[in-house]
Amino acid sequence: MYSAIVFLPLIGAIIAGVIALSGSYRAAMVGAPAEGSDAGHHDHGDHAHVSHAHDDHGHGAHAHDDHGHGHDDHAPAAPGSRPAEIITTGFLFVSAILSWIAFLTITAPTGEPVFVNVLPWVTSGTLSFNWSFRIDTLTSVMLILVTTVSSLVHLYSWGYMAHDEHRPRFFGYLSLFTFAMLMLVTSDNLVQMFFGWEGVGLASYLLIGFWYQRPSANAAAIKAFVVNRVGDFGFAVGIFGVFVLFNSVDFQTIFANAGGAVGTKMHFLSWDFDALTTVCLLLFVGAMGKSAQFLLHTWLPDAMEGPTPVSALIHAATMVTAGVFMVARMSPLFGLSETALTMVTFFGATTCFFAATIGLVQNDIKRVIAYSTCSQLGYMFVGLGTGAFATGIFHLLTHGFFKALLFLCAGSVIHAVSGEQDMRKMGGLRKHLPITYWAMIAGTLAITGFPFTAGYFSKDAIIEAAYVAENPLAGYAWFMTVAAALLTSFYSWRLIFMTFHGKPRASAEVMAHVHESPKPMTIPLIVLSLGALFAGMIFENRFIGEAYAEFWKSALFTNPDNHVLHNMHEMSELVKLAPTVMMVIGFLLTYWFYIRSPEVPKRLAEEQPLLYRFLLNKWYFDELYDFLFVRPVKWLGRFLWKKGDGWLIDGFGPDGISARVVDVTKRVVRLETGYVYHYAFAMLIGVSALVTWMMFAR
Amino acid sequence: MTDWPILSTVTFLPTVGALLLLTIRGDDAAARRNIYWIALWTTIVNFLISLLIWKDFDNANAGFQFVEQAGWLGGRIGYSMGVDGISMLFVILTTFLMPACIIASKFSVQKRFREYMIAFLLLETLMIGVFCATDLVLFYVFFEAGLIPMFLIIGIWGGPRRVYAAFKFFLYTLLGSVLMLLAIMAMYWQAGTTDIPTLLNHQFPASMQTWLWLAFFASFAVKMPMWPVHTWLPDAHVEAPTAGSVILAGVLLKMGGYGFLRFSLPMFPLASADFAPFIYTLSVVAIIYTSLVALMQEDMKKLIAYSSVAHMGFVTMGIFAGNQQGVEGAVFLMLSHGLVASALFLCVGVVYDRMHTREIAAYGGLVNRMPFYAAIFLFFTMANIGLPGTSAFVGEFLTMLGAFRANTWVAFFATTGVIFSAAYGLWLYRRVMLGPLDKPALMSMFDLSRRELTILVPLVLLTLFFGVYPTPVFHVTSASVDNLITNYQAALSAAGKLAVAAK
Repeated sequence: MYSAIVFLPLIGAIIAGVIALSGSYRAAMVGAPAEGSDAGHHDHGDHAHVSHAHDDHGHGAHAHDDHGHGHDDHAPAAPGSRPAEIITTGFLFVSAILSWIAFLTITAPTGEPVFVNVLPWVTSGTLSFNWSFRIDTLTSVMLILVTTVSSLVHLYSWGYMAHDEHRPRFFGYLSLFTFAMLMLVTSDNLVQMFFGWEGVGLASYLLIGFWYQRPSANAAAIKAFVVNRVGDFGFAVGIFGVFVLFNSVDFQTIFANAGGAVGTKMHFLSWDFDALTTVCLLLFVGAMGKSAQFLLHTWLPDAMEGPTPVSALIHAATMVTAGVFMVARMSPLFGLSETALTMVTFFGATTCFFAATIGLVQNDIKRVIAYSTCSQLGYMFVGLGTGAFATGIFHLLTHGFFKALLFLCAGSVIHAVSGEQDMRKMGGLRKHLPITYWAMIAGTLAITGFPFTAGYFSKDAIIEAAYVAENPLAGYAWFMTVAAALLTSFYSWRLIFMTFHGKPRASAEVMAHVHESPKPMTIPLIVLSLGALFAGMIFENRFIGEAYAEFWKSALFTNPDNHVLHNMHEMSELVKLAPTVMMVIGFLLTYWFYIRSPEVPKRLAEEQPLLYRFLLNKWYFDELYDFLFVRPVKWLGRFLWKKGDGWLIDGFGPDGISARVVDVTKRVVRLETGYVYHYAFAMLIGVSALVTWMMFAR
Repeated sequence: MTDWPILSTVTFLPTVGALLLLTIRGDDAAARRNIYWIALWTTIVNFLISLLIWKDFDNANAGFQFVEQAGWLGGRIGYSMGVDGISMLFVILTTFLMPACIIASKFSVQKRFREYMIAFLLLETLMIGVFCATDLVLFYVFFEAGLIPMFLIIGIWGGPRRVYAAFKFFLYTLLGSVLMLLAIMAMYWQAGTTDIPTLLNHQFPASMQTWLWLAFFASFAVKMPMWPVHTWLPDAHVEAPTAGSVILAGVLLKMGGYGFLRFSLPMFPLASADFAPFIYTLSVVAIIYTSLVALMQEDMKKLIAYSSVAHMGFVTMGIFAGNQQGVEGAVFLMLSHGLVASALFLCVGVVYDRMHTREIAAYGGLVNRMPFYAAIFLFFTMANIGLPGTSAFVGEFLTMLGAFRANTWVAFFATTGVIFSAAYGLWLYRRVMLGPLDKPALMSMFDLSRRELTILVPLVLLTLFFGVYPTPVFHVTSASVDNLITNYQAALSAAGKLAVAAK
């Protein structure tokens, strides 16, 4: 069963891939001449084939058109689109049902972790790792999140991508992503986790660049992959460190020996560091990349170039939480290193606040949610950083539901207004999109932490954990997370008000055919709304409450010195109210800004132009990185090529030598007399010199 | 065990094929067809026979197998062949790549088709000979003679600057090998034999090891190629015909690494340990430097050639890490690179055959017209980047891990290679494949023909297979590598040097 959960999406991806590839191959080969005939090979002037070129279907023409809807020049859908959809979605639903069964089995009081060995992978000396699954509570939580959101997103895409001509490819990518993500969360060793890690990176690259005719999409795809690779660099070095430390990369062995590694030193680069801290920080660099934390966050907003269902699945609910999952999975190591946890807290708290400030002023509906994701991931890391890992994972789960919901709602809005993503051109859509509106309200209530919704339980738990945590930056974290709660409330309600309330700002033409989305799109919205509203209530007791021990069993490590979870329940009620108060203030502020007196935000922006521009331009990180890294690297590459290879090595090496040789031979030519005996004589001298040397030198 | 001289068969069967080709006259279509099929069948049959070597190979045996010996050159120097776990798979790699080369050349080579095929078949003999020879002089003969057909292939069937490239290639490699010849003579005088198995157990005096090591290094470093003697490679690749590039990247580059493993490490362990930091430095410089240079290339083949240099940096780093993971990873990476780099050159060949240019700027948006090609190119780009699940990952991961155990600085810098490789690989892909198709010349292109698919699809499957299930390769290599490492460490500790890293 566990293999089925993981491999069904892969099979679906392969089938969809074959359908996509064979369909497009056949289309591309229409009219191809036999090979070897002259026409096929050398006649470039033959423009008879031009008519077979793919229709330029207009995606490239307008950067804000998120999908082809609303255009009459659709290229015909790829053959086999419907079977590809049915197969991938069907497999995913089966996988989701099995995941829930697995979840209930494993997390039941009598449940036990399951280990499945699939295939040996690498054995070299003492290093050995397999393809194998480890399904414990932590994994099963991820399983239900990934498969549920993924199957709903598959279904949603039936409607959202209905007008796209490359559907088999799209669904193949989606399933491939799901497979890689499942490999990541079920892994029993660090290397397989790295496989899943890079696999989701690949799928993310493919899906961000899905509309490959758009330059911006291609640029965003590369940026996402390369920035992630910076993180992977840390992850990889971390794996090496773990191997040197424990002589294994299997979780079983690592966790069993983690206690013994406390206080050991590791020689890394030129210094001796605390071994566990070094390894944890290196691994955390990987987590920062994948989870878009401060400094490595720049790829996430750009990733919104991908289709919206992709943003919901990959860049909100699942892939970006892989970093959080990884830190939780490695909790036996992180839990033992105070320094590492402090760093996690620092980056989490900083990101949480920093991303929220940017989210305040963005006008693109998807970017607002993207920065919100970034900020919520920060919350999760704060939770992990307190050492109460369950709080981070709890928020990961609830956030998965409500953030996927928000993105899918945004997709539904974009779908309705003919691909417009700028909120300044929306407004007044509430009446036209009732289901979407109420679903989005549900998501917003959850993210802002409205009492008894999912976010109320999980986010407030993190803020409380930060308050009682003992690490040196806990106070900083508490302040930042509470402040971010205010900002969260502000940008979330701002999004609702700008999109659904007020007067319509879209053109009459657009407003004329605004319509509620079809069933495949609204059903996922309704299901996820239920999750957003009730997931917190249902799971709180198990994740962070009294049933903690029997739910988690040994899946998460808690340092015996860490009493955060316990203390959380004993802190003063007044402090507990802080995030809720912030939420209310945020709501009222937004209401005043965007409903009562809409001219206030504009005036504010004019009064504070510096701050406004600073936030609007995302703290100028893109410009900074371009200046610091991209340009110097390009310059250096060219310099090394032209000067290093061309001038230095070739100039003084082969080319220089051959030039000198030519000079020398020109002079030698003068010595040539043309008489054979002259040469013979020279040769004789040479030979006798050689013989003499050999006789006397030995 | 087979009781017939299977290694000699595999080595010299291509020569027989070449002789057969000599009997064909004329240059009309029928003659071309005959030449093509004879060459193709020779290489295919040779590949199938070579598979028997793998089938009968005894994984547990760390020494040489299928040994053949005969007197030659007056008895002091013998004709002796044999393969062990390190060399055997290179033989298979060579025989596997040859049919692909023949098929790839079917239409792209216009002039002197017969001579072209003869050159390739002779080259095959010489390359297999290098990996099978267990006599130093025999090795040297094969090693050096292999230059000649390659020199001709680049010089006759190459691009516009072929003569420059061919001479650069020839002079660079010749310079190195002259020093190696001197070293071989010195070794003969010192040990009294040129038999490799005997030499492997011979202990050279420490002072002599240094000089011998340097002489061999000169030859292998050029072959690898290591920075800073790599500049012949981009030129040679750019000018060579597609199949020439495939052999160059797929097999010839591996001879350097193979030489380090066969001679430098086991025969001169003390010198190897002394020079390891030097090799690390060159390797790391190669990885970072050439990756950066690759980033800015304007010619597709040159870009892949520079990326090859970077990958060979991983190989040398792994070899001189001197532990099981490093060496096994290096062997694996060489095999994997043989598949991946070859496939990338074949991919470039596909569009070169259609457009007759390799300039990146001349392309763009090919995915619109060539979806299957785009998919395969993407796969190999990802493999070149070292994505887990492809064979390259296994090799890179092991070499980096091995290096980390030996020296963390080296591993730290080498690992930055994963960032740069992603940058240049994906940027190339974007410029060539993605975006709208708006260059009129590209409008009439067609996707891969059945012939091209026949070459590329097996490479895809193998790259994937060995990425997911590399165990068959490790079964072959582990005993020999284990033996190598044990002896290496033993020699170091005998000489009182602390082992760089435990096994």
